[in-house]
Amino acid sequence: MANDDIHLTVEPGEIHALLGENGAGKSTLMNVLYGLLQPDEGEILVDDKPVQIRGPRDAIAAGIGMVHQHFMLVPVFTVAENVMLGAEQTTGGPIGFLDRRRARKLVREVSDRFRLAVDPDRTVEDLPVGVQQRVEIVKALTRDVDLLILDEPTAVLTPQETEDLLEVMRTLKAAGKSIVFITHKLKEVQAIADRITVIRRGRTVGTAAPDTSEEELASLMVGRSVLLRVDKPAVEPGAAVLEVAGLAVNDDRGHRAVDGVDLTVRAGEVLGVAGVQGNGQTELIEAIMGLRPVVAGRTTIEGRPTLGLSTREILREGVGYVPEDRSVDGLVKDFTVAENLVLDIFNTEPFGTRWVIRPDAIAKSARERVEQFDVRTDASGQAAVGTLSGGNQQKVIVAREFSRPLKLFIAAQPTRGVDVGSIEFIHRQIVHERGQGTAVLLVSSELDEVLALSDRIAVMYRGRVIAVVSPDTPREEIGLLMAGVTTEAAGVKDGHTDD
Amino acid sequence: MTASTVDTAQVVVEPVRYWSRERKVGVGLAAAGVIAAVLFGALASAQKAEFTLAETISGSAVGVNGRVGAILFGAIAAVAGAAMLVTARRAFGWLLGLGIVAALISFLCWQLSQAPDNLNTIPLGSVARSSVTLALPLVLGALAGVLCERSAVINVAIEGQFLMGAFAAAMFATLAGSVWIGILAAGIGGLLIGLLLAVLAIRFLVDQVVLGVVLNVFALGLTGFLYEQLMAKDQTRFNQPSFVPEWDIPGLSKIPLLGPALFKGNIFLYGAIVLVIVIHVGLFYTRWGLRTRAVGEHPAAADTLGVKVLAVRYRNVLIGGVVAGFGGAYFTLLSTTNFNKNMTSGLGFVALAALIFGRWSPIGSMLAALFFGFCSALAVSLGSINSPIPSGFLNMLPYIATIVAVAGLVGRVRAPAADGTPYIKG
Amino acid sequence: MTEQTTATAEDLAAAGADQLPPPKTFAGRYLRTMWTANTVTVTVLAVLLALVIGGILIAVSDEAVRATFSYFFSRPSDFFSLSWDKVSDAYAQLFKGSIVDPAAVRAAANGTGTWERVFFPISETLTYAAPLALTGLAFALAFRGGLFNIGVQGQAIMGAVGAALAGFLLPLPVGIHLVVALVFGAAFGGAYGFVPGFLKARTGAHEVITTIMLNYVALFFLGWLIIQKGIQDPERSDAISKPVDDSAQLTHLLGFLGPSLRVNLGIVVAVLVVAAVAWLLRRSTFGFELRAVGLNPEASRTAGIGVGSTYVLVMTAAGALAGLGGATIVMGTAVSLTGAVIGSVGFDGLLVGLLGRAKPWGVLFAALLFGALQAGGNRMQSFSGISLELVGVIQALIVIFVAAPALVKTVFRLRPAKVSGLGTGMSKGW
Repeated sequence: MANDDIHLTVEPGEIHALLGENGAGKSTLMNVLYGLLQPDEGEILVDDKPVQIRGPRDAIAAGIGMVHQHFMLVPVFTVAENVMLGAEQTTGGPIGFLDRRRARKLVREVSDRFRLAVDPDRTVEDLPVGVQQRVEIVKALTRDVDLLILDEPTAVLTPQETEDLLEVMRTLKAAGKSIVFITHKLKEVQAIADRITVIRRGRTVGTAAPDTSEEELASLMVGRSVLLRVDKPAVEPGAAVLEVAGLAVNDDRGHRAVDGVDLTVRAGEVLGVAGVQGNGQTELIEAIMGLRPVVAGRTTIEGRPTLGLSTREILREGVGYVPEDRSVDGLVKDFTVAENLVLDIFNTEPFGTRWVIRPDAIAKSARERVEQFDVRTDASGQAAVGTLSGGNQQKVIVAREFSRPLKLFIAAQPTRGVDVGSIEFIHRQIVHERGQGTAVLLVSSELDEVLALSDRIAVMYRGRVIAVVSPDTPREEIGLLMAGVTTEAAGVKDGHTDD
Repeated sequence: MTASTVDTAQVVVEPVRYWSRERKVGVGLAAAGVIAAVLFGALASAQKAEFTLAETISGSAVGVNGRVGAILFGAIAAVAGAAMLVTARRAFGWLLGLGIVAALISFLCWQLSQAPDNLNTIPLGSVARSSVTLALPLVLGALAGVLCERSAVINVAIEGQFLMGAFAAAMFATLAGSVWIGILAAGIGGLLIGLLLAVLAIRFLVDQVVLGVVLNVFALGLTGFLYEQLMAKDQTRFNQPSFVPEWDIPGLSKIPLLGPALFKGNIFLYGAIVLVIVIHVGLFYTRWGLRTRAVGEHPAAADTLGVKVLAVRYRNVLIGGVVAGFGGAYFTLLSTTNFNKNMTSGLGFVALAALIFGRWSPIGSMLAALFFGFCSALAVSLGSINSPIPSGFLNMLPYIATIVAVAGLVGRVRAPAADGTPYIKG
Repeated sequence: MTEQTTATAEDLAAAGADQLPPPKTFAGRYLRTMWTANTVTVTVLAVLLALVIGGILIAVSDEAVRATFSYFFSRPSDFFSLSWDKVSDAYAQLFKGSIVDPAAVRAAANGTGTWERVFFPISETLTYAAPLALTGLAFALAFRGGLFNIGVQGQAIMGAVGAALAGFLLPLPVGIHLVVALVFGAAFGGAYGFVPGFLKARTGAHEVITTIMLNYVALFFLGWLIIQKGIQDPERSDAISKPVDDSAQLTHLLGFLGPSLRVNLGIVVAVLVVAAVAWLLRRSTFGFELRAVGLNPEASRTAGIGVGSTYVLVMTAAGALAGLGGATIVMGTAVSLTGAVIGSVGFDGLLVGLLGRAKPWGVLFAALLFGALQAGGNRMQSFSGISLELVGVIQALIVIFVAAPALVKTVFRLRPAKVSGLGTGMSKGW
């Protein structure tokens, strides 16, 4: 059960924050409101009248609009086409020829009225996420909604874009619209919300005023005080393990995603890569792992060039890798936990040879790993990995990568969508590995995670590392860097200390 | 919101590398041209190679000494290829087309120079006409595929829909004594397979490739069974439809080359042309098309806007079934006038290839189908001039062309993003 | 509102079954496969449903039954009794032709008949099952590797060509000749499977298209080959090759009972190969890679498995299996190459592989079932006058129902239990 006995009241012209950690049931609740899921019991009242919301059509008719966390935009359509879909402006009667001119005009009108600059003729997939989000909002506003639900809207935005979004929300509020703002980011809540409802494990645990302190909100959210800092013993970094020089890589569509990156990661240090998602971090890591062709530049591990090596050869160099999208790239969901634990080493001793695998050895090692890494599954490790929770799936990946000696550990979004307990566990494992003298390259779009774990922070913007700074740098400054604003003060000199 | 954040996409253009795809193709074409000039030139005799624009080999012909022709046109292909090194992207399509046509003529010059006396002529009008005719079922089958796959249901059952259409057309056209009843029945036959495809794929979530393959076997068995139990026992009663009538368009049908190909047609030719236009316009300029494409690309997005995803899919798969069934009627009302077991001989799959080659667009599919039709027509022509190439190998031509086309193009084409994925709410 | 594929559930169930200690005997493993995840119930019901629909087809396609339509409302009993007679007779012939004819047993027991006649149906069933098991495996192995091999037919044709060429062109001693011919069959089939695997790995060309096209290419090639000098039987004017030497023909197992018992070493080869493939999937490094790539190519690539090279190997291995299937036909029953030497054994292999849920022992079972339908269908055709094509319809229906367990459950109002269909998740996109 994702939602159990939830109460929520939103007043007209109010910004109501719905606060809760990942998996608390926020999105489920909103999908019920939007008619994408049906409640088992309880009722929904709009303007004090009970309404039946059987589908998005009913929700729209009731004046409810929603901006989903994963945008509901057809990437190959233009902005206007996305906006008109489902409520098309047409001519020609029953044939329904699309009246693109009218659609375009409507988009312009709404975007002018609410100061949401979008060009109706651009193809959505070519737009930056911040603009895509505005398209989503325009889409809802053209349907004359009174209540707008924003599901984790800032997850993919730069600090500057987030500021812009908050401004848009204020404009909407001024125009009399109500907004439900779903998030787990305390600062944003404090900045904008009129009222805050906190939910935990599918239940409402309290309502708070925006002046409630951050600590108080956090403990309401997770049910105990959270350990935001990780205990990190000082380690004297050793020799360079990973060196990346002048690396250029293209994305799937052939556009340059990594554009001349230089990086060095030394033994016993965590180099965090901060940046808004989609600034080349994914492509950078995939190129290092031999998963993506390199256009120019070189990568070396302990001085040996690794370009042109297969992924398997790079892994065998002593590289551990936690990919960004665990369900796609990290795990074979229909394989057992045991099989997933040896996915990269099944053909090496003691698990197998060039020709055969040894199920007994694999099963034995699985039992040990399950225990050691506290994976919540049956002790034999023979359950399919797909049946585990997200946090436990991630632990399986971490366990797999840490079960052999590493020189370099690369982790992309290692705690995305993972519960707080698993986050702490995974962070401790990473710090432990650093203590062993492993070089760690950490990519995360959670700035707090990068700040907590890193010894140095490289900020990526548009395929370039625009600065390398110390973790003591103020958040605001790093936020500006993430938005591409370089100042004299910010880290350029730091950036050069590492070669 | 400040204007400075109105951002444009980051489009970093690849630094120009010398060996672009265009130049590589150019080298390949130049090499092919040189090989053609040398090889075909050496093999050809001095006998004249003649081409007429008419449908028959009589009439005024353009002739060229076979050996000279083979060398000359091979050289033209080589020059076109070499030119692509200089021009790179500009005029790529034109040069490629010129090169391929020249290489082909070089090949034909060789073939014709080896042909027996009086057979050393290729009537281009006839080649054009049979290219178009042979492409008809492929166009219709590919359109059926467009309808299904644009709404994200993979249709591998085109072959089965062809067979049901062909069978129903033969049977009911004979029983009713009217080809029009036959065509109607063909549509219903295709619809039946479409219905099975829709219900099993959309409602029962059966893997769509598995389903398509099995439905083909089902249709093959069913039509074969009914053929043997009914038709074969009384051919005159059940299996003797007449040809569909030919409708010449006055005036236009006299145009050389194009006239016989496009304006001396029948219900299938004109029907296919109309359907290509209607589906193209429908897909890109109407509400139905917008919703269909949205459902094919991002069904969840369509759903959140109140578009009934499953209903769109049912409707499109069913319409697709009718179109493919109509294409099936071609086999029993135009190319022959009786039904035979497994008479579609895999053309449903070639239609599927045309769909992919044609990038899931109606017009692209039509062009791809014409390409395959031309390959088949060429095989027929070469057979009729007693080509030294064994007929078995000539018959392989359209199939090998399909493999080359698909292998050469995939990766550069993008299927509807949700193609093949069932939509489950919640 | 997430999009999902139907891929996972069955394999989950399969994974669950593998946890138990593996049974020591073939029979134990066989039963385990069959009982896994409620598949038996669905399979049996699917067969039943298919036979019912087949019965309806038999009835409505019969002239005499159709005649009763005209007065159906005045005397419906005629329709029903006549239909029942027709259908029950047909299915009785199906049984007698595939398993055993009680009359023959009685005759043999009291000395008026021969044991040859008693064993004839089983012999036929096994004869048909052998190549089907091999072509079924060819499909199943590729399927487990995430590839949809519709090219089994073409690969089997090439296998038959390879085996036949080795069989009548190479002068080799008894014993060795047999093995060499089988190896040639596998090699030709494997080489032909390599092509679409290579194209998939290098260019991404979808194997569904390329393998289908290669089927036709193989067919035309065969048609050309058998009329070439040195290949064509010099004593014949029609398109048929020389016969395979005696030393390269598969020994008849029950030959001592009578010459009509065609069952040969092919079925032994098939069972051995099934066991080998089962081992390969479970215990070999290649099997692990194949399964991983089949279930999630992206994760496999990330874990350092060469996805492209796995595809190439899988298709080559699948082609070799299909080639063996073709070889057992030309070395066992057909003896000479003709244009239709392998019939539709490749296409039927797809259904066998699907019905066997792409598991080796399941494939063997499915091949036996299809072999029985084929053998019985022959008798049904000659004794009841029902076209053999009906068998194809029934086979297709069985697989449709097995692939859509939810449908079977709806029809029979079963409680929804954990049963799943045939999913690959690979029909996602081209």
